[in-house]
Amino acid sequence: MPNYTITVNNESRTINVDSDTPLLWVLRDELNLVGTKFGCGIAQCGACTVHIGGVAMRSCSLPISSIEGEKITTIEGLSEDGSHPVQEAWKEIDVPQCGYCQSGQMMTASAFLKDNPNPTEEEIRQAMHGNICRCASYNRIEKAVKVASEKMT
Amino acid sequence: MSTQNTTNLSRRNFIKTSALASGGLLIGFNLFQACKPEAKMPVDIASLNFNDFNAFIRISDEGYVTIFSPNPEIGQGVKTSMPMIIAEELNVSWDMVNVTQGALDTKNFQRQVAGGSQSIRFGWDALRKTGATARQMLINAAAAKWGVDPATCTAENGVISNANGDKIGYGEVVKEAAVLEVPEDITLKDPKDYKIIGTDAVNVDIDKIVTGKPLFGLDYKAEGMVYASVLRPPSFGKKLKSFDATKAKQVNGVIDVVRIGEKLKAIENQAKGFTRITDKVAVVATSTWAAMKGKKALEAVWEDEARLENTVDHDVELFSILDGKKFDTRREDGNVKKAFATADKVIERTYESPFLPHNCMEPMNFYADVKADKIHLVGPVQTPQWAAGMIAAAYKVKPDQIHLEMTRMGGGFGRRLYGDFVLEAAEISYAVKKPVKVVFSREDDMAAGTYRPAIKYRIKAALKDGKVNGYYLKEAAINGNMYGLIPNFFPAGCIPNYKVDTGNYKSTMTTGAWRAPYTNFLAFAEQSFFKELADELGRDHPELILELLQNVKGTKDKRIQYSGERMEETINLVLSKSNWGKAPEGTFQGFAAYYSHNTHVAEVAEVVMEKGMPKVKKVTVAVDCGIVVNPTGAINQIQGGAIDGIGHAMYGNLTFKEGVPQARNFDKYRLIRMQETPQVDVHFVKNTKSPTGLGEPGLPPAGGAVANAIEAAMGKRIYKQPFISELKPESSILG
Ligand code: FES
Ligand code: FES
Repeated sequence: MPNYTITVNNESRTINVDSDTPLLWVLRDELNLVGTKFGCGIAQCGACTVHIGGVAMRSCSLPISSIEGEKITTIEGLSEDGSHPVQEAWKEIDVPQCGYCQSGQMMTASAFLKDNPNPTEEEIRQAMHGNICRCASYNRIEKAVKVASEKMT
Repeated sequence: MSTQNTTNLSRRNFIKTSALASGGLLIGFNLFQACKPEAKMPVDIASLNFNDFNAFIRISDEGYVTIFSPNPEIGQGVKTSMPMIIAEELNVSWDMVNVTQGALDTKNFQRQVAGGSQSIRFGWDALRKTGATARQMLINAAAAKWGVDPATCTAENGVISNANGDKIGYGEVVKEAAVLEVPEDITLKDPKDYKIIGTDAVNVDIDKIVTGKPLFGLDYKAEGMVYASVLRPPSFGKKLKSFDATKAKQVNGVIDVVRIGEKLKAIENQAKGFTRITDKVAVVATSTWAAMKGKKALEAVWEDEARLENTVDHDVELFSILDGKKFDTRREDGNVKKAFATADKVIERTYESPFLPHNCMEPMNFYADVKADKIHLVGPVQTPQWAAGMIAAAYKVKPDQIHLEMTRMGGGFGRRLYGDFVLEAAEISYAVKKPVKVVFSREDDMAAGTYRPAIKYRIKAALKDGKVNGYYLKEAAINGNMYGLIPNFFPAGCIPNYKVDTGNYKSTMTTGAWRAPYTNFLAFAEQSFFKELADELGRDHPELILELLQNVKGTKDKRIQYSGERMEETINLVLSKSNWGKAPEGTFQGFAAYYSHNTHVAEVAEVVMEKGMPKVKKVTVAVDCGIVVNPTGAINQIQGGAIDGIGHAMYGNLTFKEGVPQARNFDKYRLIRMQETPQVDVHFVKNTKSPTGLGEPGLPPAGGAVANAIEAAMGKRIYKQPFISELKPESSILG
């Protein structure tokens, strides 16, 4: 099995896995970063969303061989102490029900707000459309993205 | 003393105390004994309507309070709201409380179950007494120290004061309090003095959730743990004949490939109603990915063992039940035959629903470490005691040789009532002699479901002199029928001639409870039907319902489950909050009200037309759940329930061909997403009645309210779920 080197949350990590191993399972099983969740494995639900070079991507569908050398941020690295405006907003609005989808939701939201710090309601709904919340905490996700955007500006 | 007590508690069964080795007061409660409902526990798990609880309080020497939440948290919020009730009576500030998930403890606790939205309802009295008893013991200890009458002492925010102005913290009298007699007489607070109950408490796991800390079953790891992926029969009606593991074993990381099923067969009689008894092949590997890859490389041969059913077969079977004469009568009032024979007009409609998978966001998974003398189980299961019981029987160990820990669950919706994944994990661990985590892929999860079965209702009403004089509902369902109480929901008691009949088809498919079992579809059928009756009678839909409710007010019929008075108030609240009947041009309203899981809910949906398709913009919900323990959590549950109800009514559909589920992942199975989501505006009826559950009751009325709004907008009545197929037959399912 080959070695791959990636930067995860500002730390360089070398992993020895099969080339087709999705980043999701590298993070969860090899690097012990279990905040990134498994929901579908086929890029349909968004539970596994991470940032690659600052862009929100579905880690379940990214083989490790395709991201050699990339800079990856996971929910664990979104902030040092849970104080990213998105995390603060999520706490303030008390978004989660079961909570399982929420790290993916927050990773999508934080990447989106970086590009569009002042979104309209419609833009928020569009940006978050790809992330399923089976508990349907959608009203609060929408509100929290708005609150986060206010915190950022 | 509060007047809200509805349960008679026997002191002796209720509390025992013990001093903690580390100092601190530990109070153990047997809430099951305390809260035993009048009715018997149903044998069929799908009918789980009662819930039993246990709780622990621990107070540190410093005065911090740990409350053990004994019951599984599936996203319904009990890990926050139940400890709030204890903390309220304990008179501590919520900031001083830390909530910890308790493990399954069969010695101290009778049952630990999540299901049926019953947690708060059955926990209410016992949880308050839990807190109040501890508070009184702490006061008694302080009074003894001071040499004063306890009656002259008060406790506030974890500090006890006496008439002389002395003060002492809970943590300073905890050791003395722990060895005191348990007081017989305790005083519960008057709801008007509540400081915690009725205020917003954010989800107790919020910090861990937003920072991605390990919390869920899938996140659990242990020393030496390996991963397993299981190959199950691809269709209902087929079983494993043989398999070739050569290629699977060549996959990097695969350690072993084992056939499992013997242990399951050993407990076949107990496990039958919960899971499919069939042989499977487990691929065990050093990582989840390797296990999944190994499974894909397996070559298995399957053989027929039963009829390979199709959705079209189910349709034929269910219609033949509805058209036939073989029914069980669940309730009959008056003379239904005569009512229909003498009717001015008879209206009959048939409503249809498909199979639904649960699709918990966190796929099924479990950890097991099976050793000869000790079994360790960790993971998300709604019925931990059932799981431990099965494992004890299968491995012939005593209950105290099993240690079962519950993790937070990425959704339950009923799926995790069935511990098939616990049995699988244990059998694999037993076979490979290693600690094992079994992980379902989404495909596994959707294809090995315990589905909400397809159901059809045929409802007939006899109209006479402008009134509904007769009502006859027939249910044709798969593998089970509406359970005990449902035939006594609305409109039972409102219509003089009333009958509910049920018939059943036995299928090879595994089916079970799905959020708000039966009522999740029945409410849509019934409330769509009443809209049609109202139109026929030239009446406003909610007005007709309100008129009918007058007949059940003050009923002496003990079987009737809902309250005419409470439903009336709930409906009036939703009508005023939604501006019923005054929607702006282009906005169309639909109404539905439904009582389930002891909570009364009324909803008004608003639909607008966009590009020829209806879009749900807003839902106004009124809820009577008694005292609202945690408003932020309560609103979240109701919003989620309403949107879930709309999503599944609109899109939910699982069909079968030759026993094979036709959708196995979210590319083919559509769940509601952000842009299809309405704003849900939630209002609570204010009263001081004992609280009831919220996990399920928000869901049933949603489909009916939306269908009625669509009818108002388009003139099209919907009789079948998913609505999307009725609205746009040729549509591709992902929009
Ligand atoms: S797990 Fe990656 S998108 Fe669903
Ligand atoms: S909070 Fe449960 S899936 Fe989103």
